[in-house]
Amino acid sequence: MTFSDFAFSPARGDLTFGERLLRRLNLDGPLLLAVAVLALMGLAILYGASNEDAGMVYRQAIRLALSFVVLLAVAQISPQFLRLWSPWLFALGLMLLLFTLHSGHIGRGAQRWLGFGFVRFQPSEIMKIAVPMMVAWYLHEKPLPPNWKQLLPLAAMIFIPVLLVAIEPDLGTALLILSAGAFSVFLAGLRWRVILLLVVALAIVTPILWHFMHAYQRERVLIFLNPQRDPLGAGYHIIQSQIAIGSGGMFGKGWLHGSQSQLDFLPESSTDFIYAVLGEQFGFIGALAVLALYGFIIARSLIIALHAQDTYSRLLGGALSMALFTYVFINSGMVSGILPVVGVPLPLVSYGGSSLVTLMAGFGVLMSIHSHRKLVAS
Amino acid sequence: MARIRIRNEWLELHQFTTRIIIVAVIGLLLLLAVATRLFYLQIINHSHYVTLAEGNRLRTEPVTPPRGLIYDRNGMLLAENQPSYELDIVPEQVPDLHATIAALSKVVDIRPQDLKQFYDLLKTKKPFQPLPLRTTLSDTEVARFAVDRQNFPGVDIRATLARYYPLGQVTAHVVGYTGIISPGELANLDPAEYTNTSQVGKIGIEGSYESLLHGSMGTRQVETDAQGRVVRVVSYTPPVPGSNLYLSIDVRLQVAAEKALGDYNGAVVAINPRNGEVLALVSTPTFDPNQFVGGISPGDFAKLNTSPNQPLFNRALRGQYPPGSTIKPFLALAALNYGVVNPFKDLLCPGYFYLPSNPNPYRDWKRGGHGEIDLPNAITQSCDVYFYTVALKLGIDRIHEYLTTQLGFGEPTGIDLMGERDGVVPSPEWKRKILHAPWYLGDLVIVGIGQGYLLVTPLQLADGAAAISMHGQRFVPHLLHAIGNPLSGIISDTTPRALPAVQESNPNAWKIVVQAMKNVVATWQGTAHSIGVGAQYSIAGKTGTAQVYRKRLGVFGEQDESDIPRQLRDNAVFIAFAPVDNPRIAVAVVAEHGGGGASTAAPIARKVMDAYLLQQAGGKVAVP
Repeated sequence: MTFSDFAFSPARGDLTFGERLLRRLNLDGPLLLAVAVLALMGLAILYGASNEDAGMVYRQAIRLALSFVVLLAVAQISPQFLRLWSPWLFALGLMLLLFTLHSGHIGRGAQRWLGFGFVRFQPSEIMKIAVPMMVAWYLHEKPLPPNWKQLLPLAAMIFIPVLLVAIEPDLGTALLILSAGAFSVFLAGLRWRVILLLVVALAIVTPILWHFMHAYQRERVLIFLNPQRDPLGAGYHIIQSQIAIGSGGMFGKGWLHGSQSQLDFLPESSTDFIYAVLGEQFGFIGALAVLALYGFIIARSLIIALHAQDTYSRLLGGALSMALFTYVFINSGMVSGILPVVGVPLPLVSYGGSSLVTLMAGFGVLMSIHSHRKLVAS
Repeated sequence: MARIRIRNEWLELHQFTTRIIIVAVIGLLLLLAVATRLFYLQIINHSHYVTLAEGNRLRTEPVTPPRGLIYDRNGMLLAENQPSYELDIVPEQVPDLHATIAALSKVVDIRPQDLKQFYDLLKTKKPFQPLPLRTTLSDTEVARFAVDRQNFPGVDIRATLARYYPLGQVTAHVVGYTGIISPGELANLDPAEYTNTSQVGKIGIEGSYESLLHGSMGTRQVETDAQGRVVRVVSYTPPVPGSNLYLSIDVRLQVAAEKALGDYNGAVVAINPRNGEVLALVSTPTFDPNQFVGGISPGDFAKLNTSPNQPLFNRALRGQYPPGSTIKPFLALAALNYGVVNPFKDLLCPGYFYLPSNPNPYRDWKRGGHGEIDLPNAITQSCDVYFYTVALKLGIDRIHEYLTTQLGFGEPTGIDLMGERDGVVPSPEWKRKILHAPWYLGDLVIVGIGQGYLLVTPLQLADGAAAISMHGQRFVPHLLHAIGNPLSGIISDTTPRALPAVQESNPNAWKIVVQAMKNVVATWQGTAHSIGVGAQYSIAGKTGTAQVYRKRLGVFGEQDESDIPRQLRDNAVFIAFAPVDNPRIAVAVVAEHGGGGASTAAPIARKVMDAYLLQQAGGKVAVP
């Protein structure tokens, strides 16, 4: 796919049936294919990671199917419509977040869940999309790069949800929301001196942040710096995960033959640490292949953003692409031991429903951006 | 003066493109960093992590060898292994040991002694080693635990082999028993060989041949999950099973001897004089060794231990009795060796004997005495006065010398059972050292009739009788007849250990003494002539009646024996061997408080010899 392919779209009559169908459904073929391949691979890996729990794979497949419906639905919504609704979605998300903090379900020591009858979901998930939408909406009409006056509202749009999620506490999601917001501002052309200033500010704030962190969060950072600090406790995850990956070698131990995952040495093997299962069972080749597939998906998303025709679509598309990158990087980095343990799942592969829906909705937005371009040559 | 900025679409697009390229490059670099990390973990350090993963997953477990079986000389099973279930705890894997044990006690019956044993072992074993909390679980208990198993991490049921003694009390004093290893015993065992075994031979053959019976530990490499439960066996080095032991005991004879002893407390030891093999070793009362397997309850143990009849006491090896008149043939041999008497010169027995300095007489058992009597007749009729004289003539030093160095009294015979007692052959040094008193002639005189400080074990008596039957040729008495290799099936006999022959300077001494002993049974004057009636083989024997009631020593029997309370009655002792010219069995019988050796002990010996010599070729003796 090169730049010129988009510039000169072929006439309708030259399209195959598949291409026509994709266009009718407002979908991007390469992105859809890559996402589908990854999701299917994810099911296979999940089967190997969950001790061959077919029920778990079945439930995940249902979730994939449901979230694919969400993708399809979102893809039909034009970016203009999305833009108009952005502040409302953001406001709804903010309200739900506040409501969650007030009276949400407590799961595993954190107040993240909100129940609606039979459905339970995390309002923080909404924010993963709502924050970049809000930033893009805010900057849409304004000339770029943003000036100093606009920084305060932008900071509020990003940091209020991030803080609300962080105090739930859900550091992983907060990081993802922060990255989505930050990337959208960065792509909007935030001046380098502002960035420099922010970096300096971060360096000053970090010790203060450290002071306000939960004990377990601090411990995670310390454990990351030295896993042997508590090899059977908090360091256990990192050590076992690295053993799993390292013992996989070049070609892996084979599907369903990972001793670390199959014998339960690897904790959270079907959720946050599923990448280690992949590394163990399919080796360096398998882990690299999946990483490359993510690379392709991110690159394809960035290209879609690059070809978007208005500021809103560009910023939103770019931010969602890079949020996906953040996801992948934090998870694979944490599992392989170059980042501290943060509760970030591996997108499309880890077991779990809430983030899957958001993720697919994000792809839906990208598809929408891709397919709702006005067919004009610039 | 607000500055109105004009949008520059082209500039914005250009800037956006630049920023996209920047984030794409950063993203690519970071993903490459992850890839590099993967390369480092999976390619460069692969073998290191494989080792760690194997260590996670593989565990080497010891495999207990099956304990060797014990048979009698005819292949009758005396000790076998039966499948049994043991409740094991790996302390390391149990979050709260006390709570777990409290919860377990609702599922299986845990007795106080189980807890004591467990906590004793807990101090010595390592926390990752399984410790038995209960052995020999019932099927119901196994089922009840199996249902609740998931509630007890670190607790599991292990199928083991438990010792079982099919003949129970018949062979208890020979075979002994196994029990849970005590911390003290553990210190003397090779820990590598006993990591997975909770049982060890305590006494008897089980104790003395522990190393042979135990075999050697095998190992198996198992794959485990994170909870340590075994998923799969990866490799297996089989253990070397313990050797099967064939004892020289003939269970039929053992049963016959026990039956012959009736309800007397006492002992019977039968030895094959030609090689020292112990054919029967009976101590009554006996006990059920199966009680000890897996730990005996304190109540049961107290019952056994405090019983006045002392069933746990192995009288055959540890009972020390005055030999009474059974010592006379041995003293005769000493007298002949040192030439202190002319065997065929008569000596007057008036029925009493005086020491020059002592106004009190030493009596003969026969009122009025035996009259003129020579050495052979003094043995046959058991003349006390003759042997008072012999003792006096020999002196204590020569008696001590001959009985210990030549006939093996006063020291362990060296039988392959633990706990054998020495007996006592007194000497002035011995008396000074032990009793802090000087030696008197009176002490010496009564040694002549096997009284006083002289003490022997039934085993020593049987060993001595065997030595006489073989005219001085001696063997170390032993129980191990053959060793069977369970893998090859080869059974190899043990070789008898010969001892130096008994020194005897008088060439006729053996003939004289053996003939005299034969006459004990064969002639009218013989003290045990009653047992010679109807015997199909020739018997040589010697009666002994050892006084227990010390106050009566040297005093005429004022009372008839039957008037005396049983526990004050004399011990009945008898030694014998048969056939006289071709000895195949030597027997010693001690019946505590049995009264006379002739009336009580001799018939028992006859029954034992009958059982061995007459029924050996015939049908089997019924075994319970």
